[in-house]
Amino acid sequence: MDWTASLQGLVGGVLIGLSAVWLMGSLGRIAGISGIVGGLITQRPKGDSAWRLAFLAGLVSGPLVVMAVGGGLGNVANVPGAVIGEPAGGVPLMLLAGLLVGLGTGLGSGCTSGHGVCGLARLAPRSMAATAMFLVAAIVTVYVVRHLLGGGV
Amino acid sequence: MSSATATTAAGYVAGLLFGLGLAVSGMTDPARVLGFLDIAGAWDPTLMFVLGGAVITTFIGYRLVYMRGRPLFGNSFQLPSKQELDVKLLGGAALFGIGWGLSGYCPGPAIASLGGPSLPLLALLVAMVGGWFIAKRC
Repeated sequence: MDWTASLQGLVGGVLIGLSAVWLMGSLGRIAGISGIVGGLITQRPKGDSAWRLAFLAGLVSGPLVVMAVGGGLGNVANVPGAVIGEPAGGVPLMLLAGLLVGLGTGLGSGCTSGHGVCGLARLAPRSMAATAMFLVAAIVTVYVVRHLLGGGV
Repeated sequence: MSSATATTAAGYVAGLLFGLGLAVSGMTDPARVLGFLDIAGAWDPTLMFVLGGAVITTFIGYRLVYMRGRPLFGNSFQLPSKQELDVKLLGGAALFGIGWGLSGYCPGPAIASLGGPSLPLLALLVAMVGGWFIAKRC
């Protein structure tokens, strides 16, 4: 097992947790990316958009800071030091996947951050059910694509 | 500092911490995510450590923060109150899981990866926003 990768995962996870705790402690909000950014784009709520836009800017600048600092702090598989990995497929596959991700997180009121991190930490039944559902659906999808169809993903 | 400045700065700090966490943990690499989801292949446990670290930190931190009674720059904690499981929640989560399994991108890492843009990533982001608009009409 690659212990360095796992340790970086743990450190990154704690940072994500600190982000969620800070957002709740400062603004009283759940750190759910699909809710924050989706709400910003589809609703542009008056008086409730500036912090969302700032969050979005921070989210994009995080990896840029890690790249600028250097020192191999990225954790891309099999590419030591790289911070952002390559997409696992071409444009058609990503269009389909993106549509499903947007539609699914919109209908299901959350994604890996809102349900998976914040919801599980709140022991919210809806988030536990949603997290179990999207994990199983994703595992089955990868199994079908990689092992049954033998596709390139 | 005016309250508008404070809330905007607080939002930026939260986003930055989140983006740093995704980058350091390797979640901005779809191969790591797909490696975790591929339980029948060369399984990559990284995502388990990310989720574990994040949930435990949040579990403890939320309880400390709730003790103060209200957020620093707001009147109340805005928490979802809905309890019941419905088709929309579970169906949505299933659709999201399929998209996540096809691409290795959930919304956070996809957006955070904009610092290393590519055509497939941009296609995914445009389609994701389209999906959000469709979901809003459902």
